Amino acid sequence: MALIRETDYGTPKRISDTLVTLEIDGKPVTVAAGTSVMRAAAEAGVQVPKLCASDNLEAFGSCRLCLVEVEGRRGTPASCTTPVEQGMKVKTQSPKLAKLRMGVMELYASDHPREMLYGSGNGQTEFQEMVEIVGLREVRYGHTGKNHLHSDKDESNPYFTFDPAMCIVCSRCVRACEEVQGTFALTIDGRGFASVVSAGDKPFIESECVSCGACVQACPTNSLVEKTYIQKGAPDRSVVTTCAYCGVGCSFKAELTNNEVVRMMPFKDGKANHGHSCVKGRFAWGYATHKDRITKPMIRAKFTDPWREVSWEEAIGHAASEFKRIQAKYGRDSIGGITSSRCTNEETYLVQKMIRAAFGNNNTDTCARVCHSPTGYGLKTTLGTSAGTQDFDSVEAADVIVIIGANPTDAHPVFASQMKRRLRKGARLIIVDPRRIDLVKSPHVQADYHLPLLPGTNVAIINALAHVVVNEGLVNEAFVKERCDVAAFEQWRKFIAEERNSPESLEHIIGVPAADVSAAARLYATGGNAAIYYGLGVTEHSQGSTMVMGMANLAMATGNMGRKGVGISPLRGQNNVQGSCDMGSFPHEFPGYRHVSDSAVREQFEKAWHVSLQSEPGLRIPNMIDAAVDGTFKGIYVQGEDIVQSDPNTQHISTGLAAMECVVVQDLFLNETASYAHVFLPGSSFLEKDGTFTNAERRISRVRKAIEPLGGLADWEATMALSNAMGYPMHYSHPSEIMDEIARLTPTFAGVSFEKIDQLGSVQWPCNDKAPEGTPVMHIGGFVRGKGMFMITEFVPTDERTSGRFPLILTTGRILSQYNVGAQTRRTDNNVWHDMDVLEIHPSDAENRGIKEGDLVSLASRAGDITLPARISERMQPGVVYTTFHHAMTGANVVTTEFSDWATNCPEYKVTAVQVQLARHMSEWQEHYLETRKQTTRIEKESTAND
Amino acid sequence: MVHMANQIAAFFSSYPTEQAVAGVADHLQKFWEPRMRKQITQYVADGGAGLHDLAIEAVKRLH
Repeated sequence: MALIRETDYGTPKRISDTLVTLEIDGKPVTVAAGTSVMRAAAEAGVQVPKLCASDNLEAFGSCRLCLVEVEGRRGTPASCTTPVEQGMKVKTQSPKLAKLRMGVMELYASDHPREMLYGSGNGQTEFQEMVEIVGLREVRYGHTGKNHLHSDKDESNPYFTFDPAMCIVCSRCVRACEEVQGTFALTIDGRGFASVVSAGDKPFIESECVSCGACVQACPTNSLVEKTYIQKGAPDRSVVTTCAYCGVGCSFKAELTNNEVVRMMPFKDGKANHGHSCVKGRFAWGYATHKDRITKPMIRAKFTDPWREVSWEEAIGHAASEFKRIQAKYGRDSIGGITSSRCTNEETYLVQKMIRAAFGNNNTDTCARVCHSPTGYGLKTTLGTSAGTQDFDSVEAADVIVIIGANPTDAHPVFASQMKRRLRKGARLIIVDPRRIDLVKSPHVQADYHLPLLPGTNVAIINALAHVVVNEGLVNEAFVKERCDVAAFEQWRKFIAEERNSPESLEHIIGVPAADVSAAARLYATGGNAAIYYGLGVTEHSQGSTMVMGMANLAMATGNMGRKGVGISPLRGQNNVQGSCDMGSFPHEFPGYRHVSDSAVREQFEKAWHVSLQSEPGLRIPNMIDAAVDGTFKGIYVQGEDIVQSDPNTQHISTGLAAMECVVVQDLFLNETASYAHVFLPGSSFLEKDGTFTNAERRISRVRKAIEPLGGLADWEATMALSNAMGYPMHYSHPSEIMDEIARLTPTFAGVSFEKIDQLGSVQWPCNDKAPEGTPVMHIGGFVRGKGMFMITEFVPTDERTSGRFPLILTTGRILSQYNVGAQTRRTDNNVWHDMDVLEIHPSDAENRGIKEGDLVSLASRAGDITLPARISERMQPGVVYTTFHHAMTGANVVTTEFSDWATNCPEYKVTAVQVQLARHMSEWQEHYLETRKQTTRIEKESTAND
Repeated sequence: MVHMANQIAAFFSSYPTEQAVAGVADHLQKFWEPRMRKQITQYVADGGAGLHDLAIEAVKRLH
C-alpha cells in the first residue's frame, strides 16, 4: 500500500440540523451551519492554502494564508475563522489573493533555513507544499536579516526533536497539546519577533509534556519531528493497523520504508482514537525489533538446562509428544493452556479450540482472570452480557462522569484526553480512588468530589451511594418498573435502605466524610446523564464481582442505562482483553460467553469441530497452579503471557511451574515464565501478522501485517502446527477464515468478517442481522438478559487485614510510560521516564520509619519481601503505599497474596497488608532471582540448528 | 478451597436461605472444575470443618 495522506479539512466538523448552501469557486456545497468556509471548500474538493489550521484544532486565524474573497464583502477574510452563510459566494483564487499569499510565504521563508524551503515526494512538509502552491522561488528580503536560524535544538526527548529554526510559531503544537491532549505543557513565550514555542522554559524532557506526539503530528514544518524520521528518512508506504498496548485500541498508520517501520502515526479515521495517540503506541514500538527477540524455537530437557535452538518441526513435535506422554500417564485433564490478551482474536480462538478439541479438556484460561474477570461475571449477571455498555464517544454526552478505581491519564491516555475535553466543556466529575490520581486536579479539570476511600471498601461506598439514592427518593421508578426485574429490585431496595448501608454508618469503614458521599450520590442521580468508568481498582479485590454488580445496581436504579452519555464502562487493561474473553478463553465458556454445560451450544461446536467436547468447566489459572503443586497438573501451553511476573504470589506460581513436566512458552522474549519452560516458541509482534483486536468498547479492528514474522511463523500458524501435531487437524490459510468460523459459531459475531471491518473501518459487537453495522451502545430499549437484575451486594471485608506486623496496605498499579509486565516498554526509550519500580509512601509513614526520598526500603507481606527505592508522595493517604509491577527484578508480586475475588478468583492485588522498613541490601528473593535468571536464560547456539 | 467456598457463601448470605443455598450450589456447579467439586464433596462428607453452613448445604446438592 502506498503512503496514506489523509485529507485535512482545516477546521473541525460541525453538527447541526440547519444546513447552509453556498458557492465556492463556482461550485455549490451544502454543509452544517457553523462550518468554516475553509472546511466547506475542502468538502467541495477545493483546498485553500493554510498553515496554522488543522481539522483537529479550533480555527486560530494567524497564518493569513487562507484568505479568501467573499462577494459583496470588503477585504479578504481568513477562511478558517469565517463561518458559512446561506447564499455566500466565495473565491479562493484570484491575483489579489495569490499576491497576498506570496507575501505571507516570503516573510515566513525569510526566517527559514533555505535548504528546507523545497521538498519533494513523501518527505514534503506542509510548509514546503505551501511554498510550492504559492509558487515561491525567491525571497525578496534575503536570508541575512534578523532571524532564528541559529537557535539551539531541543533533543532532550528520546523520540522527537524541536528545532526552533524551522518553527513558524503557528501555535499548532501549543493548541494540539491543549485541545487534543489536554496537558497544556506548551506555550508561546515572548511577543512579536521574540515569540518562541516553549515547554515551560525548560527542555521537553523536564517539562509537563507526556510525549503523546500530538504536537509533532501537528507541526507543519518538521520543526517538531520524530527522531526515527530523521534517522531513516521519509516512509514510502503505510499499513493501517491497531495498537498492541492498552484497551483503547488506537488505530495507527505504520509508516514504513524498506520493510522497516519509520514511525507510527495515529489514524484520523480510527473510531477509538480519532487521530490521537499516547507515548506507548506512538513511539514505544522499537521492542518489535529489539535484540532480545527470540526468533528461533528452542527446547531443553530440564528448565535448569541451557536452551538448545531447534527447527520449528522439532520444537512442535517435542511439545506435542510431551503433552501426549503426560496425558497418557496422568490423564486427559493433566494439561491445559493460557490464551493471550496481547494476541489477536483469531489466535486466541485457536488456542482455546486446540485445548478443547486437541487436548480434550476445558483447561483454558486467560490473563483476564487476573484483571477483568469480575467485569464479565458482574455485568453478565446484572445486564446479561460480559462487556461495557458504551462506546468511547458516549462520554461526549455525559453530564456527570464517575471514575472508580481507574487512572485513565496513565493507563488509557487517549480516552483520558477525550474525557478531559468533555470535562473542560463542563461535565461534572466524581472520582472514587484511594490515590489522588491526576484527574483529581489537572489543568482546567478539577473533580467536584474526590472520595479517597480506604482500599478494600469499594462495596461499602457503592452501597452508601445507593443508600442515598434510595432513601432520598432519587430512584428512577419508571425506568426500574419498565426495564428491571421488579421483585429483585424490591429485595435490593429493602437491603440497601437499611441504616447499616448509610454513608454515616459506613464512614469509619470507608474513611470518607458521609457528607461528601451523600453529595456525590445526589450529583450522580440528578446531574443529567451520568456515566461510570472503572478499572482494576474495582475488579482486583476479594469483592470485585460484587462491586461490578453494585455499580450496575446504581446505574439501573437511576436510569443511567441504554442511551448515549450513561452506562458502565470498564477500562480494559490489555489491548485484547475483551476479545480474549469473547473468544471463549475461560474454562467454563465457549466463544460468545455460552456455558460449556449448555448441550445445544456444545453440540453446535462438536458438529463444527468434529470432536466430542467436555461439558464440565475446566481449571482456572490459579487452580492449574494449585493442581500442579498437588501433582495432578503436569503440562501447560502459555501463549503471550507472563504469569510469573504478572500473577500474585510469585513464589507459588514458580513452584507450580517448576513442578510441571512440560511448560511451553510462546512469546517475543524469554520472559519470566520462560525461566520454567521446556519448549520456547518464538512469538510474533502485532506488526507481523493479520487478525483483529477487540477494545474496551467492543470495537473489533483489524491488525494488518506490516512486516514478515521474525520467527518465520505468526502465532496462529504455530498454534495450528501444535494442534496438528497433537492429532487434531487445523487447516486455515488466513486469519480471515478463522474469523469466518467464529462468526458462524457465535451469534454476537454473526455479521463480522474481515471484509466488513475493512469496509466500515471497525465494528462493535453485537454485529448480526439485528445490528448489521454493529452496536455502539448496548441495552437500548431492553437489557440483553431481558429484565435488569438487581443483586444484593453485602459488604464483606477482605480477609487480608493489617496487623502490628504488617500495618500498612499496599496497592499496586501502572504508570503512563510502562505497560503491564514491561516486556515491551522496558525494551524502549520509555525507560527514560521509569527505569525501576518505586514505592510511593506518605510523608508521615516515611518519617515514622526514618525513610527519606530515594532510600532503599524493604516491602514485606506474609507472602514474601522485596526491596525497592522509596518515593515520598502525598498522592497516597497515610497507611497506604503504592508500587508498580513493570520490572521483573523488583518482583512486586512476590509480595501480593493469593486472596482473590469470590466469584472469579481475580487476585486481590489492590489490598496487601505490608510493612515497610529501611533496607541495606536486596531481598533474598531478589538475590535468588538474579542468580537463577542467568542460569535459566542460557542459550546454547548450535550451528547445525535448522530453522 | 474452604476459604473460596466460604467467600461464595458470604456473598449469598444476605439472601433468604433457600435462595442462598441454591445460589451457592449453582455457582459451584458452573464454575468449579469437577475434581474441585469432588474434593469439597469429600470434605463435607468428612465433617466440613470450618465451612459456612450455606456452603455445606450447597455442596450436598452438587451432582
